[in-house]
Amino acid sequence: MDLSCTPEEEEFRARLREWLGKVLPALPPKPSPDDWPARRAYDLGWQRMLYDAGYADVHWGESPSVRLIFLEETEKAGAPYVGANFVGLLHAGPTIAAEGNPGQRARWLAPILRGEEVWCQGFSEPEAGSDLAALRTRAWRDGDHYVVSGAKIWTSHAEVADWCELLVRTDPEAPKHRGITWLAMPMHTPGVTVRPLRTLAGSAEFAEVFLDEVRVPVANRVGEENDGWRVTMVTLSFERGTAFVGEVVACRRVLGELAREARRNGRWDDPALRRRLGRLNAEFRALWRLTQWNVSEAEASGGVPGAGGSVFKLRYSHARQDLYDTAAAVLGDAALDLDRPWVLDRLSSLSYTIAAGTSQIQHNIVAERVLGLPKGR
Amino acid sequence: MRFQLSEDQRAVQAGMRGLLARRFGAEALRAAVESPGLDRALWRELGESGFFALRLPEVDGGAGVGLPETVLAFEEAGRALLPGPLVATHLAAGRVPGAAEGETVVTAVDGGLVEWLAEADVVDTAHGDAGDASGAVPLRSVDPLTPLHRVVGVRTAADPVAVLLTAAEQLGTASRVCELAVQHARTRQQFGRPIGAFQAVAHLCAQLLVRAETARVAVYAAAVTADPADIAAARLLADEAAVRGARDCLQVHGGMGFTWESEVHLHMKRAWVRTRRAGECTESEELLAADLLSGVD
Repeated sequence: MDLSCTPEEEEFRARLREWLGKVLPALPPKPSPDDWPARRAYDLGWQRMLYDAGYADVHWGESPSVRLIFLEETEKAGAPYVGANFVGLLHAGPTIAAEGNPGQRARWLAPILRGEEVWCQGFSEPEAGSDLAALRTRAWRDGDHYVVSGAKIWTSHAEVADWCELLVRTDPEAPKHRGITWLAMPMHTPGVTVRPLRTLAGSAEFAEVFLDEVRVPVANRVGEENDGWRVTMVTLSFERGTAFVGEVVACRRVLGELAREARRNGRWDDPALRRRLGRLNAEFRALWRLTQWNVSEAEASGGVPGAGGSVFKLRYSHARQDLYDTAAAVLGDAALDLDRPWVLDRLSSLSYTIAAGTSQIQHNIVAERVLGLPKGR
Repeated sequence: MRFQLSEDQRAVQAGMRGLLARRFGAEALRAAVESPGLDRALWRELGESGFFALRLPEVDGGAGVGLPETVLAFEEAGRALLPGPLVATHLAAGRVPGAAEGETVVTAVDGGLVEWLAEADVVDTAHGDAGDASGAVPLRSVDPLTPLHRVVGVRTAADPVAVLLTAAEQLGTASRVCELAVQHARTRQQFGRPIGAFQAVAHLCAQLLVRAETARVAVYAAAVTADPADIAAARLLADEAAVRGARDCLQVHGGMGFTWESEVHLHMKRAWVRTRRAGECTESEELLAADLLSGVD
């Protein structure tokens, strides 16, 4: 058990810190959350800066330990989030890198790394949520094109995306996991309609995407026809590796801020609240250790994230909600004021036990794949 | 960073598990419950294996290993429900003659309680100002394998190593009750299938694992850093994983879990006893709360 970094890793950390210290003060102000074109430009601009400094492919090329340091240091320094680059860098990109042909890798990967193109994800559907493999969006072959019709939902950044990693059903007769195909769909194709969805926090963070006889070149298919489920699983296991590193660092910072706010407003004198904050400190310390454990395990197994990902996500998503519920206890009446810090975060945290696999599904995964319990219904 | 068990650490773990499987398996545990008393031969064998002297320098006859290896050994002791004042004797090794070798059984006053007073040779008074055990009165212990005396004690700041080793024992219980629950859920049939196929049962088992694995990394990391806040965190998470884990394991076992014959209640009772060791959990919570204002990581 060793929690220390190698000299090479420490050198990476020092160089990164120095670079962040230089570039962050010169960044333009963050755009308004409602201004999608400005958000796109800001996120792509940050990715371009990472590219020019040699950090663009840290999610793909580097070891999990180095990735952990990158995410830790950028969060601590207050650097921009991955934002509109999320699907490109963490979903579609790794999938294309693993499963695409040389021409596809050449066409799509470089623009992601250089901060030139935005990707979104067309997986979930109104009738296919937790049961993703039940998706119904149909694709028919017509010469060298697929013709796609259906509806996708929960698609973040759809308004400003250039490409969509799309799952479609190409064989409705096959068992549900075996009739699915993975396509890269240009978002500016006739027949694609984006309708923003407003979240309970009031913002339009994701959208519905309607597809009406959209023509997608067969050359945009990654992997074989009807092999899209396997292709997709490569992506999903990638997501559960280091996806939440920055957030755990951020939660630990928020916890410190909460303690200081409680001392300022006098609620620190309430021992029950103080101890609740103490327990959250224990919780997020452990979540940080769990991250380090999972990263070390992934490194030992050649980069494949283990089952620890589901354990982490279950614990983390509940801890995050508990953190912001505790923030409300610190704020008192101010917890009802949307202009106060942490109030919108409290609302956003409600998605954590739902997005990227509900807690109920994660429990099933742990029970079946880690504990080896029989598959239930 | 390589936050995984090293080869040497796996060897410590396997050695201790092997020794306890041989000397304190399911039958020995059952026999001990029916006729409580400290097995002096086993105690000496633990001494010979180096269990009490793990952290003593090699020149003093110890193994000269660190807290991580010691934590792994105590985790195994917790898993096996090994009885006796293990932490007190381990802490006395090198100071109290015979403790390191397993010749002397050492207990200590901990708050208002003393474990195994009648069987102990020495009451260690070196830690804190807990005092001796004069005027101690026996109570009818909830745990059949931990005799307890009540003393007029003062709770003093607990030795962080005692806190951590107790957390390691709790982790052992948390792991064990998870295994027991899963074994039962796989084999017990109702409505024509294993009860583990029902989500209500499967999700209880998943929660057992999540709590145990979260406690595991907290305990192991605290053993590496020896940081007081990390140790306090390890204690809170290990207590939770053991106490709630034993409770959920009992629930998964249904009526059998409520019987004397089952192993589950022994884990639950020992977990309760350990929560009363080495200071109050509220002290750990307060330490971690104060840490948030300290401005350091």
